[in-house]
This record gives sequence, C-alpha cells and structure tokens, in this order.
Amino acid sequence: MSLLTLRVNGATHEADVDPATPLLYVLRNDLGLRGPRFGCGLAQCGTCTVLVDGAAIRSCVVPAAQISGEITTLEGLAKNGELDPLQQAWIDEQVPQCGYCHNGQIMNARALLDRNPNPTDAEIRQGMEGALCRCMTYYRVQAAIKRVVREAQARAEASAE
Amino acid sequence: MSATFEFPKAVVEAALQTVNPTSRRDFLKSSGALVLSVGVNSFPASKAFAQAGGTGPYPDPDFRQLDTWIVIHPDNTATFFVGKTDGGQGTGTAFRQLMCDELDIAYADTRLVMGHTDITPDQGGSGGSDAIERDGWPMRRVAAEARRVLLELAAERLDAPLAALEVRDATISVGSDSTRSITYAQLIGGQRFDVALTGSDVNATRGLADIKPVDALRVVGQSVQRYDIPPKVDGSLTWAVDMRLPGMVHARNVRPPLAGATLRGIDAASIADIPGLVKVVSRGNYVAVVCEREEHAMRAARQLQVDWAPPPQAPFPASAALFDYMRGATPTSSSEPIRRGNPEAAFETAHRVIEAEYAVPFQGHTAIGPAHALADPSEGQMTIYSNDMKTYGLRNGVAKFLDMPRERVRVVYMDGPQVYGRTAADDVGFEAAFLARELGRPVRVQWMRDEETAWDTKGPAYTFKLRGGLDTEGRVIALDYDARAADYNHLWYNDPDTVLIAQLMGRRSAAPFAGFASAPAVLYAVPHQRMATHVVRLPLIWETPLRTGNLRDPNGPQVTFAFESFIDELAAGAQVDPVQLRLDMLAASPEDDRFLRARSLAAVRAAAAAYGWDPRPSPQLRNTKSRAADPILTGRGIAYTYRIGTVVATIAEVEVDRRTGRVWVKRLVCAHDCGLVVNPEGLRNTVECGMLHALSRALWEEVQFDTEKVTSVDWLTHPSLRHSDTPASIEVVIVNGDPNPGRPDLPPYGAGEASHKPVIAAVANAVYDATGVRLRRPPFRKERVLAALQAAAV
Ligand code: FES
Ligand code: FES
Repeated sequence: MSLLTLRVNGATHEADVDPATPLLYVLRNDLGLRGPRFGCGLAQCGTCTVLVDGAAIRSCVVPAAQISGEITTLEGLAKNGELDPLQQAWIDEQVPQCGYCHNGQIMNARALLDRNPNPTDAEIRQGMEGALCRCMTYYRVQAAIKRVVREAQARAEASAE
Repeated sequence: MSATFEFPKAVVEAALQTVNPTSRRDFLKSSGALVLSVGVNSFPASKAFAQAGGTGPYPDPDFRQLDTWIVIHPDNTATFFVGKTDGGQGTGTAFRQLMCDELDIAYADTRLVMGHTDITPDQGGSGGSDAIERDGWPMRRVAAEARRVLLELAAERLDAPLAALEVRDATISVGSDSTRSITYAQLIGGQRFDVALTGSDVNATRGLADIKPVDALRVVGQSVQRYDIPPKVDGSLTWAVDMRLPGMVHARNVRPPLAGATLRGIDAASIADIPGLVKVVSRGNYVAVVCEREEHAMRAARQLQVDWAPPPQAPFPASAALFDYMRGATPTSSSEPIRRGNPEAAFETAHRVIEAEYAVPFQGHTAIGPAHALADPSEGQMTIYSNDMKTYGLRNGVAKFLDMPRERVRVVYMDGPQVYGRTAADDVGFEAAFLARELGRPVRVQWMRDEETAWDTKGPAYTFKLRGGLDTEGRVIALDYDARAADYNHLWYNDPDTVLIAQLMGRRSAAPFAGFASAPAVLYAVPHQRMATHVVRLPLIWETPLRTGNLRDPNGPQVTFAFESFIDELAAGAQVDPVQLRLDMLAASPEDDRFLRARSLAAVRAAAAAYGWDPRPSPQLRNTKSRAADPILTGRGIAYTYRIGTVVATIAEVEVDRRTGRVWVKRLVCAHDCGLVVNPEGLRNTVECGMLHALSRALWEEVQFDTEKVTSVDWLTHPSLRHSDTPASIEVVIVNGDPNPGRPDLPPYGAGEASHKPVIAAVANAVYDATGVRLRRPPFRKERVLAALQAAAV
C-alpha cells in the first residue's frame, strides 16, 4: 500500500492503496464516486470512462499510480450548478434506457467534442465507437450529440451577429 | 396510533433514488429525519412502513389497504407505492401518469417508490411487458378510489353535495368558487385513509370508484420526461452497483473452467500473499474468494489454484456443430401439432411447394454491467440490495434457499443495467445472501465480464423447417412449420433449486423443466396449416453455462425470423410484392375482440406508407447496368407480427457491401400499435431500442463454444451492435389506428418486446431484396454474408 494523491473534479484526495490498483476502484471505493462504473475491466466497453486532462481514458485498466493529471468524472462535468450541455441534451432527447452505460457515452462524447467541436455524422460514429450500450440507445446518443453541436453553432452565430 | 418509523439510512436512500434530487432533499428535510413519512405526528408512509422495522419481521404490505398504495403529505403532494420495477423503459414515469390522472394531482407533485419487498405491495416486479398492460390497472383503480374518498370528505367539510364538487391539482372546490375549496392535504395530509380495498389478488385490487374514461385522461398521453433520467446523467443516482455498507467485504466467484467439471481441491496457499484476504468459500463446485478490498478479491480469484476434474463426457457439441446436433437429437418433448384444414392433401394439390430451413444460435443477455448484489446479514435478517426485476421472487427464493423465515428477508430495489428477462441478477442475489450468511458481514458480489458473457442465461437456439404450398394464382394454401428449441431445463425466475449457486452446490429441482418451443403468432388466412414444435437437450443440463431462460420476448425473435423470412420466400416464389401478400392474407382473416385484423392491416399499411414502399416483387433486378458496377447493393424488407394485443410492422432498408459482406441497416421504419399510449416519447424510445437490440441479434450476437466451454467471453469474442452500426434514420409511427383512429378506447398493451420480434426477419428480407441471396441463419456478420454472396456469384 502507498499513499497516492489524486486531483478529481477540482479537489485533491489522498488514498492509501496498492499502486497497481486500477483507477476505477480507487475512484469508486476510496473516493465514493459513482459516475464511472465497471463494465468489462478490459478497456472494451467504455462504462468506466473518466477524463484525464480532457482525454477520455478507461479507468478500469489504468493503474491509479500512473495518473498525474486532473481527473474529471461524470459528477464533475456540471459547472457552477449548470449541467454540461451534453447532460442537458441527454435529458432533452430522453436518451437513456437503463442508463448504466451513459457515463461512458457522455464522457466519451465530451472528449470527442473537446477535440472536435463540429464533428460530422461519420466522425460522431467513429468517435463514439468504443462506447457500448446493451440497451441500444445509440440513435438517441447520436441525436443528443448533434443537438449540442447545433446549439453551440447557433450560439456562435448569434454572438457573431 | 403508530409512531413515526425510522428506516436504516441505506434503505431510505435507496428507496428515494429516483425521486428527483430537489424534492428528494426537501422530502428528507421536511421529515426531519431519515424517515419515509412527513411531519411530527404523522403516520408511517403506508401500513407496510408501520410494520416494517430495521430488524424485521417484514410482512407483506397489504394490497387491500389504500394506505399501502398512496400517501397524501401535509404539503399537498403524494407518494405512490407500487410493486414494480423499471428497467429503463420509463414504466415508473408511466405509472405516475396513470395514477395522477385518476387522483387528479399534478405530475410534479407526486413521487413513486417501486419494488421494495417490505414497502410496496407485491405486484411481482417486472416481466412480460405487462407493466402497463396488467399492473397499471390496480394502480389506476386505487388512485381513483383515493379521489372518491377525498371527495366524500370534502363534501362533508365544505357542506356541499358531491355533484357540485370539482377537483383540480389536488384541490377540491364547490363549482369554481375558490372561496369554498379545500386541498387534499387539508383533508387527509399526514393521516391514514384507513380504507379497505377488495380483490382476490393484487391484480384485481379495487375500491368502489371506477376509473375515468380515456377521453378524461390528461396526463396520460403526454410525453412527460422520465424522472429517472436527470440523476442518471448527472451522476447523482446511487445504483445497486454503488451500494456500500460499513464492514462490507468484496467477493468474486471462481467458476469451473470446463463445463461440468468437479472440484477436486483448492490450494489456499496460492493466495496467501494477498492482503486483506478474508476467506475462500467452497461448497460443492461453488467457489468464491472474499477480500476486504475489491481489487484484491479480483486478484485472488485469478490467482487461486483450483484443481478441477474434467467431466466424463463432452457437455455439448461445439457451436459450429450445434444445428446438426439439434436436428439429429431425439426430442425430450414434442407438442401436439396445431392443425387447420388438411395440410397433407393441400400439399398434394399445390401448384408449387417451397421449402426452407432456418436456424438461430444461442444469444445472451450479456448486460453491459455484469451481475452484482450486496447482501447484509445484520441482526439475523437478510437485506439484499439488487436490481433484479423480480424483487419479490428474489426475496422468496433466498428465504427458501437459506432456509430463513420469509419475514426475515427483504429486497431493496435499486437501478441497474438492463433486465430483459431472466438474467444473472437472480443468480448473484443468491450468491451474495449465501456468502453474507457464511461470513456474518455484508458481502458485495460482482461478476466479471467473462462470467457474465459465458454464464448468464441464454435465449434458446432454434432450428426450423418450413414448407409452403402455392396455388396457380400464387396464393398460399398450405403451411407446415416444424421447430426445435434447445431449451430443456429452462430456468425460471429466482428458483432456489436452479439458480447457478444451487446447481453448483449440487442442489437440483425434482425434475428438469420441460422447456419451450414456440409456434409463430399467425393471423394470416392460410386454409391448411400444421405447426409442430419440439424441445431438445444438450448432453449437460446441470451446471452448464448454456443455461436457457427468458430473454426479451423469449422465443419471438427466433420464431418470427424463420416465419416472416419464409413468408417472404413465398412472396418471392409467387412473384408478388411482399407487403401485398401480407395484406391479402390479413384481409382474409377473421376479426377478434382486440381488432387484431383491422389493426394489423393498418400497421402494415402505415409502415409501407411511412417508408414510401413501391410495390414490386423481391429481389430487385440484378445486373442492371448501374447495379453491376456498384459495390453497394440496396434493398428493403418487411416483417410483421403481433404480441398479445400489440401489433407491429417493421421495414428495414439495407446496404450490402458486396466487397466485404458488411450489412448496414440504414433505415428502420416501425408502425406500432399497442392501444392506449401513456407516454408517446417513452414509447418511441423503447420501440427504437427494442428494434436496435434485435438488430444486434441480427448482425452480431452469437454465443460460441467448443466442446468444453463457452468461448464467447468478452466484447471481442462476443461482439454487439456499436455506434457505427446505427441506422441513419429510425421512424416510429404510433398507429393506434382501426377501429378508432387517434385515441382508441383500446386498453394499453405491452410495448417492451413487440418491436424486438420482427427485426431479424426484416433485415434478412431486405438483404434478399438487395442481393437475391437468402440468409437463413443469424447473425449476418460480414464473413458469413460475403461467403453467401460469393457462393451465389453476386
Ligand atoms: S469497464 Fe473499462 S472499458 Fe469496460
Ligand atoms: S442504456 Fe442500458 S446499457 Fe446503455
């Protein structure tokens, strides 16, 4: 066991764990977070996704000790009490069925839009390819992402006028 | 009379999960404690609450008491208690809508508690898409009864005749005179109704009041947003997978590496180095490791050296040989064939006879989140935190399995991953309870990915033989259907003798369950028919990973694939348009009290109209100039079916890449009629996802195995639909057509499964239309499709 320092959702946390422990278990069991969830433990499904310095990573396979950047989880996406536009779009489009995979869907979408704010349909499909859903909400996930892109464009146009 | 009752914090938090966060906070605050009731001298939220204690006993909430179902709070809001669960289809929201309309209260002023065995009346949990179809009725009637009782109280208090009273948003007034009004809270807030209901069972529960006519419903029919979505997307929901209790330990199972293997010995020293190791538990062939920390439990399960003796004979054929094996097996049971007319004679006189064989492999639930449960054995009781869709069954089953009095066991329902039937959520609940009792500490059990994919229950594999006879006019005069399902020892829900841990411990039910093989739901007017079904078994029936159990519309996708593909083959044989053939056969069928004939015709026509179907026989002409050169072939296919009272017609448009064999379903159109629609948007979402779930089964899903074990163990070896497979367009046409277009006074029928049934057939029919190649065995992965195209020189 050794003492790790993690920066998560703007706060600093310490955890006394085996450094090989995948980040997912430290976030869930030591820090009590609930956004990232176990799905496969094999980097194949995306349900455990968190952002590290804005990049989507699979927390089920990355040892906690290897993380030095700022971690953002689903709980940390909202800013100043305002939901992330993706979270809002998820509500507007009534996206989930069971919702278990939607941490992965939303966090992957966040990383995608941060990389590429105006993705084409093909780029959305490609960028989201690793986020699996067994209730098959893909169609609405894509609709919600497109809604966020559309609304951001509309805002940009409005402010340019 | 009854004092305010305190529940353990974990139970209350679990119960209030789906209440929206703001009102949840107020709720807790206004109660002044973690109490599921409001106010100081208030009563428990229901009779069940009064009796249910932190330490038990936990009796069954009495469904014949109005207080069990509905509580009016002093702030003029209400809480509904129902014995159902919501797997994400929005049934919880729909229940609230139904009850709000009958009670005359605004949707926003209500909350709903579901599926807790000691808090909500036993409606059996979920299953069979009957949430709205069956279980909505008692909810509506008890809400109507509450309104009736409140009106009577108001008549007395306002000194006005009943007929003069009006109700709006939980406030009763004399006519529209706002000076003479009184709220539900003023009448009864914080007090008990103390009204007895009647009914021989929970489904028949009713009071004196009748429910409103459909025309008077206001909240029903609106696309109210699902209340469970915000906490699911902002990360605030505590799921079953998140439950943690003080003193809790983590368990992982160690499964036999070969199906049917016998435990010879465990080398406990092999994991002596693992920190926080609590115990290795073994009983028969059931083995689990328990550690203080989760990552150590995972390591211990991987590292533990276990000596397994292989089984004396191969447990099953390899998946590649499965269908031959099934076709050659002696059935364990065969149904008495369903006959109409004289099929033998009709085939003799037929102008043309068409035959085809189909097959569908085992397909799994394979939830995105592997099965999990937490069990707390404190104070001689057992509390299980679970997402099992049948929490009441889990309670009863665990009590029997552990030989505990039922009133010492309760199940707290919490959200979890998909539950489309008999999933491993059943199995893991028993495992957690067993281990919790062994250890005397709360135990959380989490299945791993390979365990979930390999060992979860499977939908049965099927083989089919179909024959059809056409007359000289191209009419279908005879049909012969013969199906075999590998479904022997089919598992029922939460059965203490057949859950996986029971099997591995050597516990057995008296006799294996005979299993199911289904005939299609046929409305088509075919004068001469014979439908025969058989169940076959694989060599190993106990302790096998190829366990069968209900998977979303348990036999519908398989059977409808074969049957509706064959109807398409008959249409092609007769060189008639496949929509027209179906319409002709439906038009000639008799009507019934659900108006299935008229509604089926309306659905098929609506799907064709929404798609823009141009009538012509399939397949499209090949080798026209443009098509010969085009690497992408496009086609469309239809399939139609019904499930109980729900009618569905689905059209798929596909692009087939003749270079790679990849099939992309570009467009799906579904005309859907489930009678009264409670929440159109919720319905659309469920129908869309039901279709895509079937699309995954059409394109990707197959449980594969060698002669020793299941080899489909993760998302590489068991692929599933992905974002890139998603259709560019999905249209759901809510028909609700004949006999009363727009707003039928039809009862609501189930919507969780019907749209799942016809998709595999629609895709196969579309591929045929595009290529002239008939795919008779899903999944239509590109290698299989390419081989078929090449064999046909497409
Ligand atoms: S749980 Fe990490 S990718 Fe599946
Ligand atoms: S919504 Fe259930 S797995 Fe995606």
